[in-house]
Amino acid sequence: MEGNFDILLQQVLNGLVLGSIYALVALGYTMVYGIIGLINFAHGEVVMVGAMVTISVLSMLAGMGFAPGILTLLLAIMVAAAVCMLMAQGMEKFAYRPLRKAPRLTPLILAIGISIALQNLAMMIWGRGYKTFPEVVETRPIEVFGATVTNVQMSIMIISVVIMLGLWLLVDKTRLGKAMRATAQNQEVAGLMGININRVISATFLIGAGLGAIAGVMRAVNYGQADAYMGLLLGLKAFSAAVLGGIGNLFGAMAGGLLLGLIESLAAGYTGHLTGGFLGANYQDIFAFAVLILVLLFRPNGLMGERQADRA
Amino acid sequence: MKNQTAQYLLLILAFVALPFVVDSIPFLGPTWVRILGFAMLYVLLALGLNIVIGYAGLLDMGYIGFYAIGAYLYALLASPHLNMAGLVDGVLNWPLWVIIPLAAIAAAICGVLIGAPVLKLRGDYLAIVTLGFGEIIRIFMNNLDQPVNITNGPQGISNIAPLHIDGGAWSHAAGQAPEALLSLQTSWSLFGLKVTPVISYYLFFLVVVIFAIVLSKRLEVSRIGRAWMALREDEVAAEAMGLNKRNLKLLAFAMGATFGGVSGVLFSSYQGFVSPESFTLMESIMVLAMVVLGGMGSIRGVVLGALILSVMPEVFRDLVNWIQPFVMDNVTFVSREVLRNVLDASTLRMLVFGLALILVMRYRPEGLWPSNRRRAELHDGDPEPTPAATALSTTVPASTPAFDHPAQQADKV
Repeated sequence: MEGNFDILLQQVLNGLVLGSIYALVALGYTMVYGIIGLINFAHGEVVMVGAMVTISVLSMLAGMGFAPGILTLLLAIMVAAAVCMLMAQGMEKFAYRPLRKAPRLTPLILAIGISIALQNLAMMIWGRGYKTFPEVVETRPIEVFGATVTNVQMSIMIISVVIMLGLWLLVDKTRLGKAMRATAQNQEVAGLMGININRVISATFLIGAGLGAIAGVMRAVNYGQADAYMGLLLGLKAFSAAVLGGIGNLFGAMAGGLLLGLIESLAAGYTGHLTGGFLGANYQDIFAFAVLILVLLFRPNGLMGERQADRA
Repeated sequence: MKNQTAQYLLLILAFVALPFVVDSIPFLGPTWVRILGFAMLYVLLALGLNIVIGYAGLLDMGYIGFYAIGAYLYALLASPHLNMAGLVDGVLNWPLWVIIPLAAIAAAICGVLIGAPVLKLRGDYLAIVTLGFGEIIRIFMNNLDQPVNITNGPQGISNIAPLHIDGGAWSHAAGQAPEALLSLQTSWSLFGLKVTPVISYYLFFLVVVIFAIVLSKRLEVSRIGRAWMALREDEVAAEAMGLNKRNLKLLAFAMGATFGGVSGVLFSSYQGFVSPESFTLMESIMVLAMVVLGGMGSIRGVVLGALILSVMPEVFRDLVNWIQPFVMDNVTFVSREVLRNVLDASTLRMLVFGLALILVMRYRPEGLWPSNRRRAELHDGDPEPTPAATALSTTVPASTPAFDHPAQQADKV
């Protein structure tokens, strides 16, 4: 039995690492949705660009003689976050803002268009194959009750917890956070109270893109590679996580991300056993969608979402 | 009125003549006739998706799933695969008049099954959930080669019979296919014109497309079509008028799926081979782009959009092949690897689809060739389009105050 427990713990740890990445991406979806009611379909692509730019900057620095290390990584992430924020700002300003009053489908289809365009632009710049993420620090395994995590995975979890705490402080304690909450409740009234709505919405997109860039780097570090396709599926899963937690709710996105990570890793580890080999781990990608559908069927407002009146 | 009938007849005649002309042009030839055949299939798909998105206003992003169901159904029931996998005795060879209705019904049932749980959701959730369903269907097709080999996994199913009519036996022993009474895979001649198999397929698809157009048109002006449009514009008001929201939406899903299923059957027989790769999310998005570009809810627009977007990539490919050596030789300030990526036909194609979606939604949400009604809806409050003002009304940007009318406000909140 002890062996079984080890495997379980290992899957849980893997799930938590995966889940903290989902949570960071899910925050980007949930913040934008909470404030303007738009599923920013292109957010997954922002995450992908974050990872790819980081890899490019790292290899460029390596070419200039700076060996990959913590400092160069920080520099690379800063460049990537800046690129992602610029992109998000551009999207918001030139695409979503003019359509704020248009019928719902219009901005959504536009977002899908942005996602496709970005994915293929990335393919033009970085090619179709994957790029290896250089080893920044030496990976060492850490033993936890018989299961192993690497120091890199450990730092992924810790960093994402710190970031989420920071975000919570930002939304809960600062003036900007207050303005964001007010805008989410009612744009027009918030505007009448002297809040510059456009600035607040821009800021929301910027924060989401910054988080997305970091999450993209984490995903690339965790798998040791990144490619132009990674954004789509990661984005969809993170969106499922946001819905699972209750879209528009920050804690919901965090909890939903972690939960989805756990579900995925446990399901991938055990479906083979449970179905007698009929369904294997190659069905892993189904679980996120299955969770999404089940949540929407039985608890459409998510685990932490407030019950809302039917908004036609 | 008589004039219009003549116009339609002329248009049909032009489309009938098209493959013969293309076939005889030396640098186009049979390859391009084949492309025209695929274009017809895309028109059919786009017409089906138009019912779901254009009429009923439900954004279905997993539409290609129904296409896959039709294609795999035909592949399983008219190829040696199931026999080779040891699941049935004899090579299945079900007659066409059984398979086509079966595919339509199977797709419609799947449409209802997918639609039923998600109908309560608002439009944007619906998009993601249907996308999820589409992916699930594809993942299953990719993996159902174990433990029982049903779909043959990523390798796909080959040796699929062409569209044909034979003695009517539902199966035959391996290697002893009965003589077909009528098959699209044979050449024949008509008034001295040689009709090759690709041309017969094209003509057959054309007939199906014309049927689908007539059906779409009749649906649009029928009681059901008008109910769909009422639901699309304002659900609450439509329900207050006594419309059954659930049944109408399910019907839209089922009708759209039927089109997808039938075109899947045609695709499978035309290509002679199916694999999960033909049914990715990108294909769904491509069909979506066709509907959106042409104009949601406008039959003529959707047909135009499908024709443009299915023929354009092929033109692209030729153009890229033609231009690539020239660029490779003369552009030296960009690395070769990047150049090769930029000049990749399929990447360029998807980039253009993405940009088309962006630009159309941003500047012309009614599409390139909208129906008169839709144009009027989206430009409510514009002056009556007099000949002089027509040019003006098409250039009014989407963000004019004309957009602030109550119906759309309600939709947004």
